[in-house]
Parts: sequence; structure tokens; C-alpha cells
Amino acid sequence: MARIDLQHLRHSYIENPIGVEDYALKEVDYTWEDGGAYALLGPSGCGKTTLLNIISGLLRVSEGKILFDGKDVTALQPEGRNIAQVFQFPVVYDTMSVHDNLAFPLRNRGVGEDEVKRRVSETLDMLDLTKWSDRKARGLTADVKQKISLGRGMVRSDVNAILFDEPLTVIDPHLKWQLRSQLKLLHKQFGHTMVYVTHDQTEALTFADKVVVMYEGEIVQIGTPEELFERPSHTFVGYFIGSPGMNVLPVDIEGRTARIGSTEFELAGVPELKPGSRTDLGIRPEFIVLGEEGIPVSVNKVEDVGHHKIVRAAIQDQDISIVIDENASVPADPHVVFEPDRVSIYANDWRVEMGG
Amino acid sequence: MNKTQNNKAWFLVLPVLLIVSLNAIVPLMTVVNYSVQETFGNNLFFFEGVKWFREVLASERFRASLLRQFSFTFIILAIEIPLGVAIALSMPKKGIWASVCLVLMSLPLLIPWNVVGAMWNIFALPDIGLLGYTLNAIGFDYNFTSQAISAWFTVILMDVWHWTSLVVLLAYAGLRSIDDSYYQAARIDGASRWAVFRYIQLPKLKHVLTLAFLLRFIDSFMIYTEPFVLTGGGPGNTTTFLSIDLVKSALGEFNLGAAGAMSLIYFLMTLLVCWLFYTLAMRGEEK
Amino acid sequence: MGEEQVLELQNVSKRVGAEFHIRDVSLRLEPGSLNVLLGPTLAGKTSLMRLMAGLDRPTEGSVLVDGKDVTGVPVQRRNVAMVYQQFINYPTLTVYENIASPLRLSGVSKAQIDEEVQKAARLMQLTEFLDRTPLSLSGGQQQRTALARAVVKKAALVLLDEPLANLDYKLREELREELPKIFAESGTVFVYATTEPSEALLLGGNTAALSEGRVTQFAPTVDVFRQPVDITTAQTFSDPPMNTIEVKKAKNTFHLGEAAQLVVPKGYWGLPDGAYTIGFRAHHLLMSRPPETTKNNPLKGTVTITEITGSESFIHVSCAGQNWVMIARGVHNYDPGDAIEVFVDTRHLLVFDAEGTTIHSATEQQAA
Repeated sequence: MARIDLQHLRHSYIENPIGVEDYALKEVDYTWEDGGAYALLGPSGCGKTTLLNIISGLLRVSEGKILFDGKDVTALQPEGRNIAQVFQFPVVYDTMSVHDNLAFPLRNRGVGEDEVKRRVSETLDMLDLTKWSDRKARGLTADVKQKISLGRGMVRSDVNAILFDEPLTVIDPHLKWQLRSQLKLLHKQFGHTMVYVTHDQTEALTFADKVVVMYEGEIVQIGTPEELFERPSHTFVGYFIGSPGMNVLPVDIEGRTARIGSTEFELAGVPELKPGSRTDLGIRPEFIVLGEEGIPVSVNKVEDVGHHKIVRAAIQDQDISIVIDENASVPADPHVVFEPDRVSIYANDWRVEMGG
Repeated sequence: MNKTQNNKAWFLVLPVLLIVSLNAIVPLMTVVNYSVQETFGNNLFFFEGVKWFREVLASERFRASLLRQFSFTFIILAIEIPLGVAIALSMPKKGIWASVCLVLMSLPLLIPWNVVGAMWNIFALPDIGLLGYTLNAIGFDYNFTSQAISAWFTVILMDVWHWTSLVVLLAYAGLRSIDDSYYQAARIDGASRWAVFRYIQLPKLKHVLTLAFLLRFIDSFMIYTEPFVLTGGGPGNTTTFLSIDLVKSALGEFNLGAAGAMSLIYFLMTLLVCWLFYTLAMRGEEK
Repeated sequence: MGEEQVLELQNVSKRVGAEFHIRDVSLRLEPGSLNVLLGPTLAGKTSLMRLMAGLDRPTEGSVLVDGKDVTGVPVQRRNVAMVYQQFINYPTLTVYENIASPLRLSGVSKAQIDEEVQKAARLMQLTEFLDRTPLSLSGGQQQRTALARAVVKKAALVLLDEPLANLDYKLREELREELPKIFAESGTVFVYATTEPSEALLLGGNTAALSEGRVTQFAPTVDVFRQPVDITTAQTFSDPPMNTIEVKKAKNTFHLGEAAQLVVPKGYWGLPDGAYTIGFRAHHLLMSRPPETTKNNPLKGTVTITEITGSESFIHVSCAGQNWVMIARGVHNYDPGDAIEVFVDTRHLLVFDAEGTTIHSATEQQAA
């Protein structure tokens, strides 16, 4: 287990990058604490897999340094970094038994057979794989195979970090719940440093202590799930996290007063704006109260999605989504109120603080 | 739930059925027919039961050519399969050189059998052939027309030259279909080059290698043109393989009954070995 | 506009060797309807679609279009479009030619082809990519191309086999919203296979729940979700898995093992005493006492693990010998091993008999 320092990392797949746009990964400078659970979240092409491969050593970074517990590993190959990785599609050694799959990384490093036996049977226990121990890995289901991949990492006592590259892609929904919570439990119990790459917000948020949201090669926010949900620092984070995503409405601001179209209402504070910036108001569908007071809206559609309903409505010509309880219904003359301390104001897409 | 079944579609299968019966079933049945009869010319045939089979199986000559056949097949398989895999492993994975290698590799496969035989005949001639001359020049006593060992050496070298490419191409295609994450996982697990081969590449190559093995086995069992052109089965009978012996017996000596019985035994043996190998290779595989 | 037709499967089975891929399925799909096939991997979703399309011939039963038996009529002679999980396009053709390909085959005039292609491209936001080849596009754009091809074909039957499974989460959300709208106007029979309950709910329409080759229920999506006919359907349509427990009913009490009990909700008072299985979804396991169930004592449990999304907390609870999941709004940070008191919202309780069939409450029966 190790602390991972990423120092001024930049990566380009082009040999002689000139402008910023040539970089698949723009300036990342951050420290991942020992024993932390981190998720890299973002749409495809945002650079999250590039960053993961740089950490694992499968990719040699163009600029910057990577330190494991203060030791520079930038130039080291994956086998020299003592990391483990679980891939999108299960990778197992087909011809070996489950037991031998787990023993493989140990035997490769010349660990004695007694120690191998002890470590493997411990790991099999941890992952509920003992009953498969003597089975050939071929022909097992995808979820068991993913556990085997994970086991090959966990079996090594000296592993610095375990990396996951969208590991639940090929797993059925019900098994996802099991695997996800088991992974979380393993992290709580054994405290490995874990890095999890995904485009699925539920996986990222439930897994990680800290979620790193990436967009077009840049980190736009790092925070706890709660921070990302309640105070997205960029409109992209608001949109990307939550379903439906945050409502982002163009707004005119004068002191405490916000104006959407011809509707005016008071904010909780005075946003600290620089003049001339484009301003938007962000409010999550969960934090809009649908009732008979407030701003009048026209309701276009109500989607019953089981556990709750999504109301698609409009304030004048601005579309908004509202989440209401499964037992609730839409009033005859619908109005909405934005919960004041849940409103964020964005200037040129970045969140600004509210002054008193 | 009574549906009118239109059976006319079956007529569409007829042409295939006809062709197959003309080029496979009819000849096979003719052979079966010959194998149980005795003829003295003039189209006079007598039923003989299994006499020919008994005679062929007991004959020293058949056993000798069968042994030669198996030795030959075993040797070329033992060389071509590992060599083919080794070459495929060392070929570049992408880029212009991958294409160049592939084209070079396919060349021997494009040359007709008799040309291969003739080429090697000239190539190996001890007085003027490049191979024969060189070998003698560096001190080997080499003459494939008079020495059994030289003849075998040449026949095997020729077959390896001609057919290893097939194994290379199959193995190369098989290797390319392995997902990169397998190699990445192996690097992370600290696997040696040998372990990568043993636990990733070889298992993933199993299907194509089974195919390569069967193709090369059947082909080598049927080998005729190349050694016939090269050595004519000699010196003596030392390179007289089953098929050469068969032709000698059927056309050279007009011994139709014995040749018929021999072909059938030969055919059944090939079938048996293929079936055995396939079953063993696919054992424990779902679907 | 596409031709409108009713697709009907009558007692259709598909057997391969001794194995049933589809077992005795009967469905009637109306023109203009959106139908979701919901079930886990290998439940038979793809097999069923292949039978509908005419790619496979059923072992038993018949496929009817507008009442006419088309069993065994091959796919080329039916008016069908199919989109797969993998992005399947002609790699050497431009996006424009890809979209135009079904029209080229049917001999439509050049001007009309151009009009149709432009329209479909606008709908799928592909206009700026028309000159590119599919492989130079992102996954989402590639799948939009495949979908645009299905749109211009104006097929009477459009089959989508997990079309969004390989796309990013957010992109999925957007396309999922657009898809029903795009096909709704055309009067086609629209069939959509998915493994995800949430996707079925967001799409709406009708849902056929599949399990081991059988359609266990076919009804409007929300009805299948709220009133599943049996425990299998309820499980298929629960994400996270439904919480269940075997109970003994004695008078007005469900006994959950030794220590715990629940008051039988009003609608089930007439139920004879005996053994049942009850089920409730993760949203109906609560941290505070729900209204109308004042007599229930909380159930005592232990937290296995908590997952927090920022807006919700998924709390895995071990309770009465079962492993349950509770979804609660807001952030609730429990540690593994913490004691917790939970309430079952019995207003949403499902009760199953020994065979797993749902027993409807008296109030539901009155409503029906």
C-alpha cells in the first residue's frame, strides 16, 4: 500500500505536442493518500484511462513524475511497480485452476510454496472463492472471473495499489450490487489504495471516498460524493452527476436578485461576480419543490420511474426537470420553489461563492 | 397447427448431392468393390471377402511403407508446428513489416507441388545444386539419389520449407486475436516471457493449432507429388511412402484388389487418427 | 410512413438440442407500441428477438403479422430493422452512405434518398459527420448512425438489442430519452431488450419480463413493476435485488423468524394462516416509521456496508437472518457492524404463496 504523488503530469499521444489541444491529459498535480479509495469519473475520451495506464506503467507519461511513497517510479515498467489491475473484460488464465490463477503472481516472484498456499487460501476466503478453488477458470461466469482478477492483486502482500478499469461493464445488474458492496467491504477491511475508472456515476460515487471528475483531459473537480452532488464546481459536474442532471438556466443577477426571463426571485446571498461574465443558475431536480407557490411552470410530461417521478416542465421557455416522490402528484396550478441554499451560481461555467 | 410443408426446397440440394456422389461416394464404393474381389483381367471378378485385407495387413512391404509414413509425418509435425509457432511469435505485430512478412510467408504456399519437387531436385543435386554442392563443399557426404539419410533429409527439409508457412499464418492470426489486456495483466503479474507463452498464448492458440495439426497430418499422409518428383521413392524403397506404394501397386503392378484394400486401411487410419486427436484436443471444452 | 402491422407470437418455443432457449411464449405487439424485453443475460431476450425478426425459425408455435402466418418467412422478406449492442455499420462507407443503404436497396429516387438521409441525420445529430466513416466517430455517434439506418428503413418492426449497453452512462440517458420519440410517430412495433430495470422504467411502454426463456409477465411497464405476478418477475424487475423473507402468518401478524414481526396490512387480513414469502423493494425499507403503520415495531439489524452517492445512501443491512438493501435519501454514514433499526413500508408489501405467485391484496382486487 502506498501514497501516490502525481507531479505535473501531462500526456500526449503525439510525438511533439505544440498546443494544449494536443494533450490527451492536461496538467494533473495531485496526491492520493495511502489506503484511499479514488474514482476517476468522466465520459469516454476524457483522459481517465490514459491517467490510469500512466499510474500502472502501461503507458510512459510524456511529462511529469509519479511517486509511490516518495519513490520515483516514472521510468518503471508495470511489473516493477507492484500494482494490480482489474480490466473491463475479465482476464483469467483459462488453463489454470482458480487456485493457480491466484498463485501465479506469487510464483512469478519466487515466493515459497508454503507461503503461496497460505496467502492464496486466505485470499480465496476473502473473496468467497474457496468453493471454486480447484475448478478450471475457463467457463466460470463473468463475475467470478472478475473476482479472480481482483484476487490476483489482493494475494500480493506488497501491492502498492489496485487499479480498476470499468470492472463491472459485463456484469448483470443484480451481481453488480453484490460485487460493488463486496469491493467496498474489502477496502474497509484491508485498506488497499484503490483507483477505480468508470463512466458510471453510481459506481464511482458509491465506491470512492474521493471522486475525481474529468472532462476533456482535465480534472474539473475532486470531492466527496456529497460535495459533487451538492456543490458541483463546474456545470459539467452538475450535468454529469445525478440523473437527471442538474438544471442549468441562464440567469441575470443584480445583487441578491436573480432573474430568469421575466421571473424574479431572491438568492440566499450575493454571488461574487466579476462583471461581464456569462451567468447561469444551477439547481438539482431533487431540490425543486413542486407546489402551488413560487414561480409558475408549465408541466409537459410526468415520467413514472418507479421509485420516484420525473416531472418535465418549463419556466417560460426554459426546460427544467423536477423529481417528486412516488406517491406525490402534480398540482392543478403548478408552481416551483428553488430551495435557497441549494442554488448555485455559475460564471462562465465555474461556480462562484455567495457572499453575505 | 397443421402447416403446409413445402418440400420443393430439397431439390436445391440435389446438385451438391450429385457432385459429392460423383467425386466421393462413387470412387469410394469402387475402391470398396475392388478390395473384396480378385481379377485376372478381361473384366472377370471373383468375390474374395477379406482376403486382400488380411494379405495387406500381413505383408512386410505394407508395414514398411506404413512405418516410413508415420515416421515422416511425425518428424515433419514435430518440426513444422513448433517452428511455425516460433516464427509467428517473432513476426512484427503491425506496420509495413508485418505485411512484408506475411507476403514472404505465403510465397511457398503458392507454388504447385510438382514445381516444388522439381525445384528441390535441382537445388539438392550434389554436383550443381546450391544445397547439394554447398553441403559437399563443407565436408558432408551428401547425395540424395544414393543415400537413404540424404534422401530423407531432403524430403523433410522440402516439406518443412513448403508447409511451415501454413502453420505460421494460422498461428499468427491466432496470436493477433488475443486481447491486449491479457498481456497487460501478465506484465502486472510479473509473468516471464515463457509464462506468457505457456499460459496465455498457447491456450489461446489451441484451436488454430488443432486445425494446423489436422491439416498437416492429413496432407502429409497424402504426400505424393513432391517426393515422387524428387526421389521417385528411392533410393531403393527408402522414401516410398504409403501413397507412392499405393500407386505402384495399383498402376505399376495392376494389383487392384490389394491396392483397394490398402486405400481403405489408409483411409480408415487417417480418419481414426483425426478423430482421436480432435476428441483429445477438444476434451473438457464446453460447446 | 412505415406500414403498420400487428406482430403476434403464438406459443412459440425454440429448442436447441435438449435446451429450451424460448419456452412457450405468446405475445401480441400493437403498431406504434414500445415494448421492453427485460431480463438478465441468457434469459432469452436475443433469442426471442431473432424469432420475431425471422432470423431463426421457432421449433414450435407460429409468428403472425396482421393475422397472417409468417413462420419461416426469412428476415429479408419481412420489413424489419435491427440494432445491436455492438456498433454495426459498413466500415468503408461514409455515414451518409450507411444511412442511405436501406433506401438504395429499395430503389428510391436520388432526391428522396437525400431528403430522408438529411432528415434522419438531423434527428440523430449526425449532420456534421455525414462525410466521415463510422470508425472515425465516437461510440455514441457510431450507434446513432446504426439507429439512423433503422429510422430511414421505416420498418414495421424495429428491434433494439441492448443498443445503449456499450455507451457512456450520460449518453445513454440522452439517447434513451430520444429513442421512443423518434420511433413513436412512425407506427412501428418497437422492441427494446435490456438487462436494466431502471432503463425499462425510463422507457415506459409495455414490459415483457423474461426469465429462463419464459415471458413471466407482459403488461404496461409500471404495472409490471408495481404488481408483478410472481416472485421471479419481481426479482427480474428489481434493482437492487428485492428484499425477501419467508414468514409465518398467524392472525394479524407476519412472524419473521423468532424475534421479529410485522402487522399484516389491511388488504391481507383475509389471508389464511400459514407460510408465505414477503418482498419489498429497497426504497420501501425505511429508517423512520412510515405513516399508516403505527403499530409496527422497528426491526433490529446490523449494517454490513454503506454506499453513498451524495444524493442517496445504499445501506446493506443484515436483518432477521437476511441480507437486505435500503435506499435512503441523503447521506447516512453507517460503519460496518453498526446496529440499526429499520421499518418496512407495508403499504408497498408484496406477498407470495409457496409457488411464488403473487397474492393480491383485497384493496387491489377491489380496484381491479
